[in-house]
Amino acid sequence: MPAKPIVEARGIHKHFGALHVLKGVDLLLAERELVFVIGPSGSGKSTLLRCLNRLEEPSSGSVVVDGVDMLDPRTDINHARQRIGMVFQSFNLYPHMTALGNVTLALRKVAGKPRGEAEALGHAALARVGLADRAGHTPGQLSGGQQQRVAIARAIALEPRVMLFDEPTSSLDPELVGSVLGVMRDLRESGMAMIVVSHEMGFARNAADRVVFMDEGAIVEEGTPAEIFETPVQDRTRGFIGQIQRH
Amino acid sequence: MTSWERFLDAFFNAKVMAKYLPDIAHGMLVTVELAALVIVAGLVTGLALALVRSLGLRPVNLLIVFIVDLFRALPPLVIIVFIYFGLPAVGIAPSGFVSTWLSLTLVLMAFSEEIYWAGITSIAKGQWEAARSTGLTFIQTLMNVVLPQALRLTIPPLTNRTIAITKGTALGTVVAVNEILGMASSAVSNSYNPSPLTLGALAYLILFFPMVVFGRWLETRMAWKR
Repeated sequence: MPAKPIVEARGIHKHFGALHVLKGVDLLLAERELVFVIGPSGSGKSTLLRCLNRLEEPSSGSVVVDGVDMLDPRTDINHARQRIGMVFQSFNLYPHMTALGNVTLALRKVAGKPRGEAEALGHAALARVGLADRAGHTPGQLSGGQQQRVAIARAIALEPRVMLFDEPTSSLDPELVGSVLGVMRDLRESGMAMIVVSHEMGFARNAADRVVFMDEGAIVEEGTPAEIFETPVQDRTRGFIGQIQRH
Repeated sequence: MTSWERFLDAFFNAKVMAKYLPDIAHGMLVTVELAALVIVAGLVTGLALALVRSLGLRPVNLLIVFIVDLFRALPPLVIIVFIYFGLPAVGIAPSGFVSTWLSLTLVLMAFSEEIYWAGITSIAKGQWEAARSTGLTFIQTLMNVVLPQALRLTIPPLTNRTIAITKGTALGTVVAVNEILGMASSAVSNSYNPSPLTLGALAYLILFFPMVVFGRWLETRMAWKR
């Protein structure tokens, strides 16, 4: 791994009341790297992702993204979050705005761009996800796959240093998954550092540099896609891979 | 005089009606003025309270909930009488108009705060998370993402509640406000004929019937999925 990681999370613990969801997780992501996080539901993968941009407050540990200490109280968290794009399982587009409105809101309010410039950047971001002709549509007028691509455009318009994907295709009909994965592949080829929580094993095999298997709040095993999918060392990894490949 | 003629003379006496029409018209103006002031002040203060409540400051929120529950529980007439006849004891003597306005404003504030609050809390957590993940602040998210969606949901119940409370302007007659009912009542005592009440009822219909129809239209319009 190159010397300076873009994401450096160390010793992350997260408690929800009596529940110990993350038990000292370390996760490093290099520039231009794509790390895939897999694991059974409830293993803490989404919580880990959400700790990286502080949507969840880690109970202890350290998170440094692009040189910024995310947990330092002096850090302007809203400014820092611009560097970290996030895509959600349920899209979470703003239903009362057009696709362009969704993409330009943070450009105007957070990045402080004047309307004209924000709209130019917004159109460019929508073009990157193949939706240049849908700028004036509201989320209700778009398919699930298109909505998720608008959500990706909303994140990349801010020119983040790293993108977090939280099960981006899990709530999509099978025939719509491909278009979203296609956009993610383009993004990867452009050199974007990405952490992807997903069960899309085919995509992981083709696109991931590293696969991390989590179970019960800890990283059990990590390695190249070939190592994790073909020759996993741990029994728990083997069991999980066996289960999902039967589907 | 047949009983039918007696009925017409009592409630539709053209001479009496013509004589007191200007009074009722004046009462209408007062009612409109009072109602408009109540609607603006009540809806604005209710929204302000809901926004402050969304900041999640526990002691402040306990106070807001207490105030809101207080004015939802008290009959508006009790508040009016309390302000008009009670406050002079401590050296503040608001007019009947101000007493009625203040009372109904407090009641509308309380009910509308609850409606706004229900709207704000009904917006999915994912909307907050998506907005915050792009760097929007809490306030920016509230104002640009959550509130526009919440307001849309609140318009139908808000309209109905506003109509219900605004009709309470008639209570002002108890503290000598010259609104429609007050003018009609004094016209009845002066003319010994109830026809001005018919005029008064008509005046209320002219004012509030369009609002009721508008509320119904809004309700069907906003009913489809958001």
